[in-house]
Amino acid sequence: MATEAQGAEEGGLVFHPMDQFIVEPFIGDGIVSWYTVTNATFWTALAVLAVFALLVLGTSKRAIIPTRMQSVAELAYGFVYKMVEDICGKEGVKYFPYIMTLFMFIVSANFLGLLPTAFTPTSHFAVTVVLAMAVFLTVTILGFVKNGTAFLGLFWVSSAPLALRPVLAIIELISYFVRPVSHSIRLAGNVMAGHAVIKVFAGFAALTLVSPVAILGITAMYGLEVLVSFIQAYVFTILTCVYLKDALHPGH
Amino acid sequence: MEGELAHIGAGLAAIGSGAAAIGVGNVAGNFLAGALRNPSAAAGQTATLFIGIAFAEALGIFSFLVALLLMFAV
Repeated sequence: MATEAQGAEEGGLVFHPMDQFIVEPFIGDGIVSWYTVTNATFWTALAVLAVFALLVLGTSKRAIIPTRMQSVAELAYGFVYKMVEDICGKEGVKYFPYIMTLFMFIVSANFLGLLPTAFTPTSHFAVTVVLAMAVFLTVTILGFVKNGTAFLGLFWVSSAPLALRPVLAIIELISYFVRPVSHSIRLAGNVMAGHAVIKVFAGFAALTLVSPVAILGITAMYGLEVLVSFIQAYVFTILTCVYLKDALHPGH
Repeated sequence: MEGELAHIGAGLAAIGSGAAAIGVGNVAGNFLAGALRNPSAAAGQTATLFIGIAFAEALGIFSFLVALLLMFAV
């Protein structure tokens, strides 16, 4: 893992743990323009291809007795479908394709990013902010289209005493607009922090005295990261469902 | 000097992450306490558990955001 680090030529494993997040051209080097194929582009495309392979190619045979790939695809489909149905209700099922897309993209980008020397698209705020803003705008527009001005009832808590309602309205308004911030930074922050911790342990692995502990630490953190990759994708998806539910049924 | 103070501030903001950890631990611990009392009702509440954890974590994320801003934007 350390050989790709920028400071490796200085002798030993001297590198910065954040070097792995640098966006650079995939082939050769030079400046990064909007059309440059970077490592970010490559791993994002790979994540999309992995989803395509699993869901389209995996289920193309439609076998009664599913192959392993078809089983995984069906499990993923059922998992997200049940989540949307449980939280948003029957009306929410209409928006299931969008939520399934989000979940599959995030989970495959996270898992592919765990490969050594891989680049994780979801560790960048630029990626997760776009995903979260898309959810935020979709949900807000949908709320107004579906409910008209009744959507503003989300901020006017009718079960609270009248004197408290303006105060609650301000708090609800702030918490509503802060949603995309926490939604995006939760995913990118968790993924980035986990990868950085693994690299910090990798730096300690160069010291002979502590290297067994460091390698144990890397192994343990890697196991945790596999768990975190899935849980963060799950949390992102479930929060999308919760926001969607608020848009469909704004009454508390 | 200002840059150094910003670094100290970023370190102080990291305390918020610890506070968020306490919050998340509280949510998960209370869920487990309830789940052990009535295990049959626990399976239906895992979504609520994760939503609760996500909301408790959100405030910790803001301290992380403040730390990031102090490190890279100030």
